[in-house]
Amino acid sequence: MAANVSALTFIVLFLPFLGAVLAPGLTRLLGDKAAWFLALAPALAFLHFCTFLGEIAAGEVVTGGYAWVPSFNLSFSWFLDGLSLTFALLITGIGTLIVVYSGGYMKSHPDQGRFLAFILLFMGAMLGLVVSDSFFMLFVYWELTSITSFLLIGFDHEREAARRAALQALVVTGGGGLCLLAGLVFLWNITGVTQLSLLVHLENGLRESPFYLATLILVLAGAFTKSAQFPFHFWLPNAMEAPTPVSAYLHSATMVKAGVYLLMRLSPVMGHTPAWEILLPFFGGITLISGTLLAIRQTDLKLMLAYTTMASLGLLVMLTGFGAPHAVEAAVLYLVAHSLFKGALFMVAGAVDHETGIRDVTRLGGLKAAMPITFAAGLLAAFSMGGLPLFFGFLAKEEIYTALAAGNPRAVFFTALAVVGNALMFAIAFAVGLKPFLGPRVETPKQAHEGPAALWLGPVVLAALGLLGALFSGLAHRYVSSPMASAIVDRRVTVEIAAMPHVGLPLLLSLVTITLGVLVYWRLDTARALMVRVLENLGPGPDRGFDHLISGLVRLSGAVTRFVQPGRLEIYVTATFILLALTLLVPPFVFGELPGMPNWPEKILVQEAAFLLIALIGLIAVLRAADRLTAIVSLGIQGFAVAVIFLLFGAPDLSFTQFMVETLSVVILALVMTRLRLSPRDHRPVGQMLLDAVIAVACGLGFTLLLLKSVEAPFDNLLTDFFNTYSKTIAHGANVVNVIIVDFRGTDTLGEIAVVMITGLAVLALIRVKAGRRVAAEDKQGGRP
Amino acid sequence: MNTLILRTVAPVLTALMLLFSVFVLLRGHNEPGGGFIGGLIAASALAIYGIAFGVSAVRRAIRFHPMAIAGAGLLLAALSGLICIFAGVPFMTGLWIYPEILGVEVPVATVMSFDIGVYLVVVGAITSIALALEQEESEPAEAIGEQPPPVRVKRPRKPAHKPKERG
Repeated sequence: MAANVSALTFIVLFLPFLGAVLAPGLTRLLGDKAAWFLALAPALAFLHFCTFLGEIAAGEVVTGGYAWVPSFNLSFSWFLDGLSLTFALLITGIGTLIVVYSGGYMKSHPDQGRFLAFILLFMGAMLGLVVSDSFFMLFVYWELTSITSFLLIGFDHEREAARRAALQALVVTGGGGLCLLAGLVFLWNITGVTQLSLLVHLENGLRESPFYLATLILVLAGAFTKSAQFPFHFWLPNAMEAPTPVSAYLHSATMVKAGVYLLMRLSPVMGHTPAWEILLPFFGGITLISGTLLAIRQTDLKLMLAYTTMASLGLLVMLTGFGAPHAVEAAVLYLVAHSLFKGALFMVAGAVDHETGIRDVTRLGGLKAAMPITFAAGLLAAFSMGGLPLFFGFLAKEEIYTALAAGNPRAVFFTALAVVGNALMFAIAFAVGLKPFLGPRVETPKQAHEGPAALWLGPVVLAALGLLGALFSGLAHRYVSSPMASAIVDRRVTVEIAAMPHVGLPLLLSLVTITLGVLVYWRLDTARALMVRVLENLGPGPDRGFDHLISGLVRLSGAVTRFVQPGRLEIYVTATFILLALTLLVPPFVFGELPGMPNWPEKILVQEAAFLLIALIGLIAVLRAADRLTAIVSLGIQGFAVAVIFLLFGAPDLSFTQFMVETLSVVILALVMTRLRLSPRDHRPVGQMLLDAVIAVACGLGFTLLLLKSVEAPFDNLLTDFFNTYSKTIAHGANVVNVIIVDFRGTDTLGEIAVVMITGLAVLALIRVKAGRRVAAEDKQGGRP
Repeated sequence: MNTLILRTVAPVLTALMLLFSVFVLLRGHNEPGGGFIGGLIAASALAIYGIAFGVSAVRRAIRFHPMAIAGAGLLLAALSGLICIFAGVPFMTGLWIYPEILGVEVPVATVMSFDIGVYLVVVGAITSIALALEQEESEPAEAIGEQPPPVRVKRPRKPAHKPKERG
């Protein structure tokens, strides 16, 4: 049974990827109906995860997995508790609706298949991220969500704004991902475990470690970039360049919550320290306020929602790090509520945009009659976002105020932040969910009418869930809120807040929020004008800073490249040989490792002396050669003499190779000379020649010293004896050299011949670049490449 | 170097050297030699042929693009290592069989096919570099292709019959 469930979970984790593979073909085959079939993948996954609800609610955890790289103790393993299960349900549940919605939104778009494939790919990555048990599996999925997000934001790749936004998101979240990797390696080194399930239940001394702060900052860098916390928030509004289903799914309901997920996951092991309780509420609070203020200033429906998403993420981070009782419960409730209402509102905004062709809130109005179902969904979602009683957002807000409101100054400060933030979000909620539908009818580019079922199903279901979740809050708490909160604080807690208002301080604060919100909604245009003026006076934000950073990087790398690669062969060769000479000469002098005077051999055979003499003559011939070709051939004389000397000293294989290499290098060098059309003579000025001579002599001296030093040490016979003894018996060969090449060290040789081949290809490519247009023309004629 | 002597001797010399290179390759396991040296000898043989008769003659003679020969060699060498999977022994373990051919026991080994792979890579890579360098920039396009050019005596420095488009 358990094995079956494991195998099933494994398959479910890959279902979205399977859907992604099938999506393009299926779309070609079925056209716009394909989305309904593809939605089956997340729907099945959703149902599978639902079967765990009872078990998790009873306080158990579900784990499973397979060995991945056992030698590194890496496993492909998952870990389902209240936290990851809730996320998994949100991802697959909202994912199902989003896939259906995409089918309607991207109707008859030529690249619909690719779009659906990307969405499903992202879904698989996000699902993997939240259920991962192993750190490194989590990291791989984390990066995969960044990459798929890049693909989706840049989906409309022919527009420059989309490309820029995609790149920006990738740079920011990818950079954060690298920090996270470093943080995870720290965690691993400090605690010695690589699995979250073990980490959470371990007395690991992480907080006492001297590296705690470094680890925390690295992990926060990962989480803050992903969850668009100030000052890394700028990529999120730009990401609105993506088609609306992407904004609804990635950039409000799921991906941007990955950072919050990570913080919640790590809070039992890293939380409750001063650093945690200062950094998180501080950055969260700033993000909350700046997000809502920036949202007020916008007129574009999607951008308004994007900035409130950023604000909501700030609120979540603030609550996760606040440390008071009920704070985590509040975060859990708000997270679920936000996923529901924000997903719905984005889809409503998308539907309005799709049906009218306009997203500007000041140019929309009176859509109530034309789009009644969309209007209903938008209104319900806005009620939840505004935190009106009977809606899930209300539960969250009550819990937030219960957690925050206390007597001390810190609590008062953050309560004030939350009230202002929530009030502004209230105003935005109705500006998006209500304003376009009320008032007199405004002319729009397209004649507005209700979209197809695919376009309103998603928002209606999500908005209705926001109502039902609150009405049946007992059920929601039992299966979702309580298990999730318990997982975050690592002990059993029960969430009890109910949908009916009950008198107390939280209710009073809620009333203040709503009053303030209504006020801002009423005078929204004034507030917007005010914000525009304030922001203009503040000057450029981090978005511009990003551009400066990137162009600065490009300039810097250009400068470095120009310095390192001036493009003249002489400079490269000179630099290489100077470095070589220094490497060979400096260490012996610095460490006093110079070789002693070698022993003069007692007798030199005539033939040995003769070939040494020939080598010397070759050398002199090189130096005295009148033109380059003669010099190259003369170099061959010296090489052959050395080859013969090898032969005399009993190294026939080496000698053979030396002969052939000398022959071929003379041939190839001569060919290169003719090809490069160098002047046949050497025209270097005397000074340059002297410098080159000094470098050459230094290199030669260095090699001589190195060789003398190495033969000074007593010769170790171990390897020689081994190969002599075993060459015949285990490798069936008498020629030890060849047996080493093809058998004992065969894998090395395989690598070497691969290098030979690649070098050949590279040389070929270089020569053909020179040949230029002729080759290009001939390839066009279908000639052999 | 397009002399009568060279052009008379070159075919014989090339053939002998190629034969010798195979000999060196095969004896390598027990006597001095091996795939690397054999490959270098064969590459020199082709270089001589190229110096005597020009690049397209060599390309026609070896039929395949030299890089394809090198690629085949690399593949052969890699397969010689991979075949160990089926024998259930670690990568690159030498496997030997001793079939009787015409009543003589001939040892055949993956080591040998590996060495042949080395030989082919060396011949292919070096020949392709040498030929590309020897190739005159004005030489006709089909010199690189497989289709044989019209039979004629190659005069390397003579302008080609095709309009020149120097790059």
